[in-house]
Amino acid sequence: MSKPQNVPGNVRSKGLVDYLNDENVRAVLYQIVAIGLIILAGWYLVSNTLYNLEQQNISTGYGFLDLEASFEISETMIDYSAKSDYATALLVGLLNTVKVSFLGIVLCTIIGIIFGIARLSSNWIVRKLATVYVETFRNIPVLLQLFFWYALIPGAFPHPRDALEPLPGVLLTSRGMYLPVPMADTAFTMMGIAAVIACVVIYFVKKWAKKRQDATGQPFPMFLAGLGIFVGLVLLAYLAGGAPTDMSMPELKGFNIRGGYNISPEFMAVLIGLTVYTSTYVAEVVRSGIQAVPNGQWEAADSLGIRRTVALRKVILPQSMRVAIPPLTNQYLNLTKNSSLAVAVGYPDLVSVSNTTMNQTGQAIEAISIFMSIYLGLSLLTSLFMNWFNKKMALVER
Amino acid sequence: MKIQTILAAGAMTVAAVAAQNAQAGAVLDGIKAKGFVQCGVNTGLPGFSAANAEGQWEGIDVDVCRATAAALLGDANSVQYTPLTAAQRFTALQSGEIDILSRNTTATTTRDAKLGLTFVGINYYDGQGFLIPKALGVSSATELDGATVCVEPGTTTELNLADYFRAKGMSFEPVVIENINEATAAFFSGRCDVYTTDASGLASIRTQMAENPDDYAILPEIISKEPLGPVVAQGDEQWSDVVRWAFTAMIEAEEYGVTMENVDDMKANSTNPGIQRLLGVTPGMGEALGLDEAWAYNIIKQVGNYGESYEKNVTAKLGLERGLNALWTDGGLQYAWPVR
Repeated sequence: MSKPQNVPGNVRSKGLVDYLNDENVRAVLYQIVAIGLIILAGWYLVSNTLYNLEQQNISTGYGFLDLEASFEISETMIDYSAKSDYATALLVGLLNTVKVSFLGIVLCTIIGIIFGIARLSSNWIVRKLATVYVETFRNIPVLLQLFFWYALIPGAFPHPRDALEPLPGVLLTSRGMYLPVPMADTAFTMMGIAAVIACVVIYFVKKWAKKRQDATGQPFPMFLAGLGIFVGLVLLAYLAGGAPTDMSMPELKGFNIRGGYNISPEFMAVLIGLTVYTSTYVAEVVRSGIQAVPNGQWEAADSLGIRRTVALRKVILPQSMRVAIPPLTNQYLNLTKNSSLAVAVGYPDLVSVSNTTMNQTGQAIEAISIFMSIYLGLSLLTSLFMNWFNKKMALVER
Repeated sequence: MKIQTILAAGAMTVAAVAAQNAQAGAVLDGIKAKGFVQCGVNTGLPGFSAANAEGQWEGIDVDVCRATAAALLGDANSVQYTPLTAAQRFTALQSGEIDILSRNTTATTTRDAKLGLTFVGINYYDGQGFLIPKALGVSSATELDGATVCVEPGTTTELNLADYFRAKGMSFEPVVIENINEATAAFFSGRCDVYTTDASGLASIRTQMAENPDDYAILPEIISKEPLGPVVAQGDEQWSDVVRWAFTAMIEAEEYGVTMENVDDMKANSTNPGIQRLLGVTPGMGEALGLDEAWAYNIIKQVGNYGESYEKNVTAKLGLERGLNALWTDGGLQYAWPVR
C-alpha cells in the first residue's frame, strides 16, 4: 500500500494549496521555519552586538590572543611568564581547572563510596558518623566552604620562617605544603613510558585471566599480578635509567621556601572544598545504588558461601553501579562547573585568568565566549566518557 | 499566515532595536529621565570611596559623582552607587549599567583607545608602592626577590608588578584575589609578604584596615605613574563634557579661593570676572554645557572645591599630604582648564 501523495507524478499534478495541505510537507516546512527563526535570532544577536561595540569604539575579535599577557600566574603546569601571550595564559588557566576537577572527581568518588557504604554499616557509630558528615557538608553552600577552608589553611599554619616539619622534608606553612621531589632526570620519562606499557600488559593479562576463568573456573590473582607487573616494570625503568637519587628539598631562602613541590593554600582550599562537598552527594548516590539492589542478591551470595566483603565487591557494587552511574555523572559535571568558584579564593583557574584577560584587554564578550565554550566542552567530554562507561556497565542480556 | 505574522514581528523588532542604537546623547537623556546619576565606585577604599557608619558613600571619588549630579540635576545627593571590583568595572561601564566610573582607575592608552572609554580628568595623581610588615626587615623594594605578593587582578598594578620584577631580574609569586577585602585579609593573615597597589590605596589599607598600623610600613620606591580619574563610555560627548567640567569647576574654585563656606558671599559680592563667570553671575557657561547657570555654584555649595574634598577625605582619613595633587601654583600638578 502506498500513500498517493508520495508518488512524484501525483504531486506534480496537484496545485500549490494541495501541496501545502500535505501533512508531510507541512511537517518539513515547520521545521525549516523553526530552524530559520533560530538562525535569524542568532544572527540578529551577533550582528547587533558587533554593531553596538563598533558604535562604542570597543575593539572586537580574537586578535588579542596573540598579544603579550604581561601578568604573572602563580601556579602553572606549563612554561609561562609575563612575556607569554594571552592564549598561553588561558591554557594555563584551563589546565589548572582540569587539574583541580580531575583530582576532585577521583577523590570525591573514593570518599563518597566509603561514606556511602558506611551509611549502611551495621555499626551504629560508623553509621551515625557518616550521616553527620553527609548532612553537614551537603547542606552548606560550597562557596562558603571554600572561604572556610581558605581562611583556615593560611591561618592555621606558621610563617615559612617557623615552618612545621611533621616528616623530614615535608614543610607546612601559611604558604601551603612543601614536599621534596626528585630532581628532573631522563629516568622519570622512562618510568612514565614503562607505566603506560605496564597498563597495556595488565589489560591483556586481565583479558586472558577472564577467558581462563570462564573456561576452567580457576580464578587468577589479578590484583597481585597487576601490582607486580606495574611496580616491576616501573622499577626496572628506574634502575635502567641509572637510579637517580637527587632530591629537590624545600628549604627557606630569603622570604620563601624554595625548592620542592608546593601545594598552595588556594589549591588546597578549592580541592578540599569541592571534594568534601561533592563526596556527600556521591555518598548518597552510592547508598541509594546499594539499596536498589534486591536483598535476594545478598541472600544468594550468602547461600553460595561467599564472604560479605567479597559479596559487596563482586555482587552488590557492580549491580548498584548501573543505578548509580547516571546520577554520578551529574555530580562530576557539578564538580567541574563548581570549580569556577575557585576565583573567589584566588586559585588561578580558567575563570580567574579569563577575568584578568577580560579586564586587561577590555574584551569581555570574547573572553566570556572562550571560557563558556571551554566549560561546555569539558562537560560534554565528561558526559561522553560517563555515557560510554554506563553502556559498558549496563546489563548484558544473554 | 501565522508565519508571516511572526516574520513581520521579527523584522519590526530588528528595525526598532537598530534605531535605538543610533541615538546620541543617550546617557545624558537617560540620567535626566531617571533623575539620578548611577556611579560605579570601589567596594571599599576609605578616602576614595567607602560607605561610612551611616551607610553614606564618601570619598574623593564619590565627590566627583556628587559634583556631576549637582551640576546636572541641581542636587549632589541624586546619585546611586554601584560598588565594583577592579575586574568588573569596565564591563559595567561599557554595558551602560553605570553612567560614570569613579573608582581610582588609572588612565592608560589601551583603556582609552581599545575599551571605548573616555578619561575626563585626573582627580588623583598616584604611583604604585609596596606595603610590608615591619617584621620582614626590608627597607627597599629591590630586596623583594622571591617574595609572595598580594595583588588585585585586572589592574595596572598587576602589570606594573610583573614589569618591575622583570626589569630588575627578580622573581615573585603572585596571589591574585579579586575582592579587595579578601585580598587584604590574605595579606594580614601572612599569605603574602607584600601587598602592592597605588600608594594612596596602601595608606588606606594600612591606616584603616590593619589591626595595628605601626606594624606595617610602605617602602620608599614608587614604581609607576598612576593618574587616577573618572571615566565615561564613549558615544555621548555631551555627557563626558558635563563630567569633565563639573570636576574642573572644583579645581577652578580652589584656584579662585571659592569654598563651600564663602560661595554665597562670592556670588553676591565678588567683582572678579572669572569668579562671576564660574558662579553664573555672568551667564554663558551653563548654557554652553547645556546646564543651569548655577551649575558650578551648586557643586561648590553642596560638595566643596577640590581642596576641601581632598582635605575632608584624603588628609583627614589617610593622613596623606597634597604632594602631586597640590595646585600647580603650589608646585603640584592640579591645573584647571579655564572655565570661560
